Amino acid sequence: MNSTQGKKIVVIGNGMVGHYYVEKLVEQSAQHLVTVIGGEPRPAYDRVHLSEVFSGRNPEDLALTTREHYKELNVEAHFGDPVESIDRDNKLVKTSTGRKFSYDKLVLATGSYAFIPPIKGADLPGCLAYRTIDDLGAIRAESQNATSAVVVGGGLLGLEAANALKSLGLQTHVVEFAPGLMNQQLDQRGSQLLRAMIEELDVQVHTSKSTQQIVNGDKSRLKMLFADDTHLDIDLIVFSAGIRPYDNLAKDAGIETGPRGGIVIDYHCRTSDSDVYAIGECALLGNKIFGLVAPGYRMAEAAVSQLGENKIAFTGADMSTKLKLLGVDVGSIGDVQGATDGAINFEYANEKRQTYKRIIVSKDGKQLLGAVLVGDCSDYDTLLQYYLNGIELPEEPEVLILPILSGAPTLGVNALPATAVICSCHNVTKSIIVEAMDAGAMSLAAIKEVTAASTGCGGCTALLKSVVDSQLSERGVEINNHICEHFTFSREELFHICKVESITSFYVLLDKHGIGRGCDICKPTVASILASLWNSYVLESDLVGLQDTNDTFLANMQKDGTYSVVPRIAGGEITPEKLGVLADVGKKYDLYTKITGGQRIDLFGARLNQLPEIWRELIDAGFETGHAYGKALRTVKSCVGNSWCRYGVQDSVSMAIYVENRYKGVRSPHKIKSAVSGCTRECAEAQSKDFGIIATEKGWNLYVGGNGGMKPRHADLFATDLDDKVLIQFIDRFLMFYIKTADRLQRTSVWVDNLEGGLDYLKAVIIDDKLGIATELEQQMEALVGRYQCEWKTTLESEEKLKRFRQFANSDAADSRVVFVQERGQKRPAQDAERESLELVS
Amino acid sequence: MNQTKYVSSESRKTAYICSKEDLIANSGICVLFGDAQIAVFYLPEENPSVYGISNWDPIGKANVLSRGIVGDIGNELVVASPLYKQHFSLIHGQCLEQEELAVRTFELVLDGEDVLLLC
Ligand code: SRM
Ligand SMILES: Cc1cc2nc3c(=O)[nH]c(=O)nc-3n(C[C@H](O)[C@H](O)[C@H](O)COP(=O)(O)OP(=O)(O)OC[C@H]3O[C@@H](n4cnc5c(N)ncnc54)[C@H](O)[C@@H]3O)c2cc1C
Ligand code: SF4
Ligand code: FES
Repeated sequence: MNSTQGKKIVVIGNGMVGHYYVEKLVEQSAQHLVTVIGGEPRPAYDRVHLSEVFSGRNPEDLALTTREHYKELNVEAHFGDPVESIDRDNKLVKTSTGRKFSYDKLVLATGSYAFIPPIKGADLPGCLAYRTIDDLGAIRAESQNATSAVVVGGGLLGLEAANALKSLGLQTHVVEFAPGLMNQQLDQRGSQLLRAMIEELDVQVHTSKSTQQIVNGDKSRLKMLFADDTHLDIDLIVFSAGIRPYDNLAKDAGIETGPRGGIVIDYHCRTSDSDVYAIGECALLGNKIFGLVAPGYRMAEAAVSQLGENKIAFTGADMSTKLKLLGVDVGSIGDVQGATDGAINFEYANEKRQTYKRIIVSKDGKQLLGAVLVGDCSDYDTLLQYYLNGIELPEEPEVLILPILSGAPTLGVNALPATAVICSCHNVTKSIIVEAMDAGAMSLAAIKEVTAASTGCGGCTALLKSVVDSQLSERGVEINNHICEHFTFSREELFHICKVESITSFYVLLDKHGIGRGCDICKPTVASILASLWNSYVLESDLVGLQDTNDTFLANMQKDGTYSVVPRIAGGEITPEKLGVLADVGKKYDLYTKITGGQRIDLFGARLNQLPEIWRELIDAGFETGHAYGKALRTVKSCVGNSWCRYGVQDSVSMAIYVENRYKGVRSPHKIKSAVSGCTRECAEAQSKDFGIIATEKGWNLYVGGNGGMKPRHADLFATDLDDKVLIQFIDRFLMFYIKTADRLQRTSVWVDNLEGGLDYLKAVIIDDKLGIATELEQQMEALVGRYQCEWKTTLESEEKLKRFRQFANSDAADSRVVFVQERGQKRPAQDAERESLELVS
Repeated sequence: MNQTKYVSSESRKTAYICSKEDLIANSGICVLFGDAQIAVFYLPEENPSVYGISNWDPIGKANVLSRGIVGDIGNELVVASPLYKQHFSLIHGQCLEQEELAVRTFELVLDGEDVLLLC
């Protein structure tokens, strides 16, 4: 390390912004000696997504970095030992355990804390704040013995906290001092609608309430006494009455702070001491605290740049927000109160749909000054771009918020200037995306990786995709979704065509809607669609030529052209007798036998002509096909559950067997896997499945979109505490919706990720029946399930079909290329080298 | 099971390899001819309607081509290997993905109920 250039830099606070600062600093120069001192016991984590922990996300998944990573970066890091004082004269900081660190430059990234109003009794047990992972733990622990909870504060964070409490199953209240909710982001009307919608969700809202005192309760654990002589009996109180910057260190050290808190900084994020910087939520610029991550990141960049050549300024940031609070979409842009001189208002309210939209436009009608959206945020991205980039509004700006009755013009992403910020979390502009594409990043995934766009809050996903798509088409890259050269349709479109026209044959479809003769892409795809629609026997003569070899022979082809045999073992449960049958068949046909990763048994090395005999024996013994060959339901794994396990809270085995038997044989765009665990210990690994089920005390939690395989993805928690009936109803709808709309060979994980509107949209369709198709989906699934047949059984009944299972049409000889050798007491295909030596011997 | 028998048709020698009954429309089967495994594809809508290529997949290194899906790519009749999905022309045996690879082809005719190989 070059000590003449490198400086000793101490960063106090390892929150989102402090961590970002360190990353940017190390990126800019590896020469500095960097020390990080974090007050919380763990390295930086994603505070923005804190509430997701209540809906099942693992707190560890929120981590933004690790101790090891800091080591790799050569950064000294200490956690759980907050700084107690700054000694500016000796340029030292001292921690609570008395450790001292000297600095050349000091960075304060101490963030803020949840403000607890000075109410008598606010320190009683059962009164909590909501800001950190530790707070989460405390809330969760306290909630165990509570039935009701209240959030004090009806702002953005307060409503988020209310959502968290609700998801813990508590009867939830919100108490707000002001007359309306979210006063900072919404106008009166928007705030009223939000309130109405939240109340419909069974959250009780009390506005204009000033809490005087909290006392131990009689009916509940606590009792809140209000100024108007009313009271509220409640078990748990969470304060979210605003945030206060951690500015005490600065203040004590004589660094200038604002009258209402906050460390005063200039455009270079310097405090009144030029060797001390402040960034993030503890910093005050022009009397403003910026309580969002994106501006914090911009400050971090500005502060880092002060140590290098190109100095960047931080002059303030846009505070527009779009969020979902208790399931209600809310958007707020710019001057929401319409305070600008001469501003003109346009409002659209729809009580039936529960939406409210308002735009505030400049006097000359050309510029957007602000917007409020409640209940429907679909116009947010467009409006924000008008606002941020000063794009001239259309002649009649109201078309931007009116429902699309006559085709309102949407702002084409082409119209966005190069400087338009697409992802504000990572400050990615349109031009950065274009450059990344020029440099070869041509897919959404590649662009995300290179630019980090859309890897923060995720709010920009849809916009990013349209920018990328429009760039691709500008570059002549055709972004068609045609499945192959024979059909100019996507899989979803073909599905609709087959359904609407009741098409049951590939050749009819090809005749009417395609060209040429078909191929190995469209044939199996259409075969799968037809199976999903009509579920007829896959070896019907019209269908047989369409199937992949595995479907044709109802077995999985192995590397040497032999096949494997996988009977269904629903839920992984098998009797000793049936195990014996598998053992006997394995011995009789000399099959390699292995337990699969899917809790069943695979018998390998069957020759084509042996398949029918083997299957006849298995079916006679009560087995049925396991569809290991089909793009269909594979296995539903189970743990032993409450019938044996001391922790189990539901009968996971019975449920797994039921689910496996219900959906067996249903053909889908790709294979489908599931699992059922008997408690949260999750021994069946349900969260890695297309749909996973985990038992709770009250019923079942349903997870969707999980995947092992090449790109593992944890499933998302979809619905909680369902009873058996609703569980199956949701799975019916989910699977059928997937079957209808997914691309070919698209697992549910990728499908969910690519759904516009994401998980929320999926929930709206499946749970709230937003598209009004739930009944239809259920009926379709019912029909499919009702037409199940064991394909092996049907095949064995037809001499005609069995003809197909001959190695040679004109001879009983065996394929001389199929040669086995022994290993660990069983056979396996000979490798090329072994084969040569065997041939030499014979 | 049918016996391989030799019949002569016009000037070229032909060999009977199987009957039309053994064929599967729009798909393939395999016959043994001497040591050679012939993948026989029956495409009733095409002219000719039967095609023969070697059953050997030189990429997957197994006798499996008769079990692939038939179709066309850029108007060329092909079968896709069931192992790793490369396409082989039913007319020339050429592999579309790997220029240097081709499989042997066999000229077949459908003569009434008989499938004959032109030797
Ligand atoms: C036999 C088995 C391995 C074993 O010895 O344990 C297996 C074998 C094959 N897997 Fe698998 N997978 C097996 C469990 C799994 C699992 C574990 C599980 O299901 O819990 C996974 C990860 C979970 C998942 O799917 O999310 C798995 C992820 C894959 C993938 C990657 C899928 C993905 O979305 O990334 C493929 C490739 C594909 O499907 O495109 C694959 C494909 C295959 C194929 C079909 C490849 C092929 O075309 O030859 C293998 C042939 C099966 C055969 O011949 O019977 N197999 N495979 C397991 C059979 C389970 C069963 O009873 O049906
Ligand atoms: C539930 C919730 C939801 C949110 N949602 C959003 C959102 O959707 N979008 C958005 O933009 N923003 C959101 N925010 C705000 C966002 O989290 C903050 O803007 C951001 O975390 C600020 O980063 P920071 O690093 O400045 O402060 P923090 O993340 O608070 O980090 C400061 C760290 O410094 C530590 N510290 C304090 N004093 C000391 C000391 N003396 N010594 C050592 N360490 C110290 C603290 O313990 C803390 O770990 C949300 C916040 C919460 C709580
Ligand atoms: S998931 Fe729970 S019930 Fe099932 S085996 Fe594991 S600990 Fe037992
Ligand atoms: S705006 Fe947050 S990830 Fe892009």
